[in-house]
Amino acid sequence: MSAAPRREYHRPLDVKRGRVELAHGAGGRATAQLVEELFLAAFDNEWLRPLNDAASLPVPAGRLVMATDSHVVSPLFFPGGDIGSLSVHGTVNDVAMAGGVPLYLAAGFVLEEGYPLADLKRIVTSMAAAAKAAGVPVVTGDTKVVEQGKGDGVYITTTGVGVVPPGISLDGAAAREGDAIFVSGTIGDHGVAIMSKRENLEFETEILSDSAPLHRLVASLLTACPRIRVLRDPTRGGLATTLNEIARASGVGMLLEERAIPVAPAVAAACEFLGLDPLYVANEGKLIAIVPAEDADTVFAALRAHPQGRDAALIGHVTRDPDHFVQMRTGLGGRRVVDWLTGDQLPRIC
Amino acid sequence: MCLAIPAQIVRLEAGDQALIDVGGIRKQISVALVDGLVPGDFVIVHVGYALARIDPAAAAETLAAMAAAGIDTGALA
Amino acid sequence: MKYVDEFRDAELARGLAAAIAREADPSRRYHFMEFCGGHTHAISRYGVTDLLPPNVRMIHGPGCPVCVLPIGRIDLAIGLALDSGVILCSYGDTMRVPASGGRSLLNAKAEGADVRMVYSAADALRIARAHPDREVVFLAIGFETTTPPTALVLREARALGVANFSVLCNHVLTPAAIVNILESPEVRTLGTVPLDGFVGPAHVSTVIGTEPYEFFAQEYRKPVVIAGFEPLDVMQAILMLVRQVNERRSEVENQFSRVVDRAGNVKAQALVAEVFELRREFEWRGLGTVPYSALRIRAEFGAHDAERKFNLVYQAVPDNKACECGAILRGVKRPVDCKLFGGACTPETPMGSCMVSSEGACAAHYSYGRFRDRDAAPPPQVTA
Repeated sequence: MSAAPRREYHRPLDVKRGRVELAHGAGGRATAQLVEELFLAAFDNEWLRPLNDAASLPVPAGRLVMATDSHVVSPLFFPGGDIGSLSVHGTVNDVAMAGGVPLYLAAGFVLEEGYPLADLKRIVTSMAAAAKAAGVPVVTGDTKVVEQGKGDGVYITTTGVGVVPPGISLDGAAAREGDAIFVSGTIGDHGVAIMSKRENLEFETEILSDSAPLHRLVASLLTACPRIRVLRDPTRGGLATTLNEIARASGVGMLLEERAIPVAPAVAAACEFLGLDPLYVANEGKLIAIVPAEDADTVFAALRAHPQGRDAALIGHVTRDPDHFVQMRTGLGGRRVVDWLTGDQLPRIC
Repeated sequence: MCLAIPAQIVRLEAGDQALIDVGGIRKQISVALVDGLVPGDFVIVHVGYALARIDPAAAAETLAAMAAAGIDTGALA
Repeated sequence: MKYVDEFRDAELARGLAAAIAREADPSRRYHFMEFCGGHTHAISRYGVTDLLPPNVRMIHGPGCPVCVLPIGRIDLAIGLALDSGVILCSYGDTMRVPASGGRSLLNAKAEGADVRMVYSAADALRIARAHPDREVVFLAIGFETTTPPTALVLREARALGVANFSVLCNHVLTPAAIVNILESPEVRTLGTVPLDGFVGPAHVSTVIGTEPYEFFAQEYRKPVVIAGFEPLDVMQAILMLVRQVNERRSEVENQFSRVVDRAGNVKAQALVAEVFELRREFEWRGLGTVPYSALRIRAEFGAHDAERKFNLVYQAVPDNKACECGAILRGVKRPVDCKLFGGACTPETPMGSCMVSSEGACAAHYSYGRFRDRDAAPPPQVTA
C-alpha cells in the first residue's frame, strides 16, 4: 500500500473475506476505513490525498470540457476488462471526443450490501491501473452503499474534465457533404465479449473487449489534422446508431461500404450465432472520425500510424440527403438503410 | 425466422452433447436429433441443437451451379 | 465462416443477377412469395432487390414465428409472469412483441415479473431444476424447426420428473399457412393477386423434408423451390422459379440440397409426433384462424403443459382495425399501402404483426429498404 492509514482502527479491513456493509456508506469510521485502506491506497495522488469533500485543482488556460458517464455493466468482470477500467476509459473517451486533453477524473461508487470486498478491491485496483496508464488521476470520489437486492454489486459514475487546445472545434453537427468517414478499428468486440458471459448465452471465445483510452490517438489525429470535423466513440447502439446521430445532428446522409467496415472474424461469427448485426454492437475503444475529403489521406495515415488505429478503415462518405438516411452498399452489391437501433438489441433465435 | 448456422463438430461428449466451432467461437450443443455424427462434420445448429448434417459435395455442386449460371444460361438444371 | 461466406459472394451474385435478368421474360411479370422471415431478412439485409430486374417482385410471406404469434397468446404469457409469479423463459425474439394495451414481456419485466431470456429450451429446463421451489414456464414459439428441441426438453422433463417445469406451446405448421394463402380468395378465385411460385423454407425443410410441398405444386399448380437462407441461395432459387414459370412447370425443386432431402429429419419427426398433436385450429396474427395449423402438447405430457397446469383460457384480441398485415402477408398490399406504416406503426411502436420482428414485411421494409420509396434512382453520388 502506498498510503499508510493515518488513523488507528481496531482491525484492518478484511479484504479477503469481508463484504460491503451498510456501515461502509454511513459516513462513520467504517466509511473512512474503506476509503483510506481501499480507495486511497489504490488511487493515491496529491489532490485526492487530503480527502476533502472537493479536490482543489490548478486550472489550465483554454476551454474546459466536462463529461460524465455511469457504468452499470453486467457482468462486472468480462474478457478484456472490468467495470473499473471501463469506467475510466468511458469518460476519458467522452472528454477526448470533444477534443479535450483529459486532466482529472471524479468517481462515485454505489456499492451493494454484501458485495465481496476482495472483488471490490480487484475493481478498484484495475480502475487505478487504468487511470495511471491513461495519465488521468482520480482526484475526488464518493461512496454510497445500498441494501442487498437494490443494486447489481457495483455501479461507478465517473466525471472527467479536460482542456481543449486552441484551434480545435469538434461537433457532431459539423459533418458536411463529401466528408470522409473513418472508423479506427474492428467493431463489435466489446459487446460480443460481454454477451459471451451473459447467463444462458455463454460461449467460449477469444474475443476481448476493446475497452481502451483513446485520448492519445485523438491527440495524434488532431495534430495531424486540426480540421477534423467530428470525432465520436460508437459505444451503446454501435456504429450504426452513432452514425445516425451524427447524420441527424448535421442534417446530412451517409453512404457506407459494407466491405470496408472492419469486423473481427470471431465477432462476425458470434453475431451470426446470436442473430445480431455487428453494426449495432457496442464498442469501448474505437472512434469514428469525419473529415473533409481533402484531409482523408492525412487522417488515414495518422490513424494507421498509431497502434490503436492499425485496422482503421475509410468506410464511407457523407451525402446530401433530406431524410438523413445512412445507407450502405452491401457486400453482395445491393443497398440497404442502416437504421437506428430499435429498442435494446436482443438475440434473435427462432 | 429459424436462425440456424453451419457449425463444425469439434468433439462429441456424453449425454448427446457436442462441442462445436463457429468461426472461432465454441459452444456446447445437443446432437440428440442427428445420429451418426463424427468430429469434423458440419451441421446446421438451431437453438442449441444440431438439426441436420451438411453435405460438402452438394454444397460444392450448388456453388458450381451458381458460378455456371453466371456464364452459361443452360447450366443450372 | 465455412458454408456462409461462400454464399454471400458478390461476384457470384452478379452472375446470378445477370442470369435472372437474361432469362426473365420482359413481356411478363413474376410474383414470388418467400414464405420465411429468414428469406425476407436475407433479401432486405443484403439488398437483393437491387439485383433483381424490375419485373421480378418478391412478396414477403408469414413465415416469422414472432410476427404470427397473436396478441392473446402473449397475453397468456404475460399473465403467467405477472399474476402467477412464474419464472417465464423465452427466446429473445418474443421479448418486445406488444400484446394487449401495448404491453410486452419486457414491460412485464419492468413491472416486476421474472422474465428470462434463454438461448435454448434446455436452458429453461436447467433453470427449473435450479429453482425447484418456483414454477418455470417456457414460452415456446416457432415453426417445425424449433419444435423438435421443445419436444426433447418435454420428454426430458417427464423422464426426470421436473414437476415445476411446463411449456406454453405455440408451435405452428408451415404447410397449413401456405394452404391458407393459396386458398385466400384473392389468390385462388379472384386472381387479383398473381402468385407465380414460392421460395420454400430452408431450416423448416431440414426437419419436414421436401415432400410436404409436393401437394402445393400439384394441387395449386405453383412451383416451389426450397432454398437456403444465404442471399445467393435466394437468388439461385429465384432463377430456378423463373425457369419453371417460363417452362410452365410446377415442381418442387431443392436448391438447399446441401442440407435438405425429401424425407427430412425422420428422428425429429418421430419425436415431435410422440410429444405433440394437432390443434383443431389456431389463430395466426395477420392470417386469422387457420385450421390444423398448430401443435399442442399430448395428454401424456399434460403435467408439463402450461395451458392445462394453469387452466389458461385463450382470449382472442383483435389487431388495430387500420392494420393491413393480413393483406400484406398475402401479397394483396404492400407495406406503404397501409395508413399506419411509418407513422403510427414503426419498429419502435409496432401496431401489427408485420412490424414486430425485423423479419416481418413491414419492419424489413422500414429498417432496410425505405429509401426505395423515395428514390428509384441510383444512390446519391459523392466525389471524395
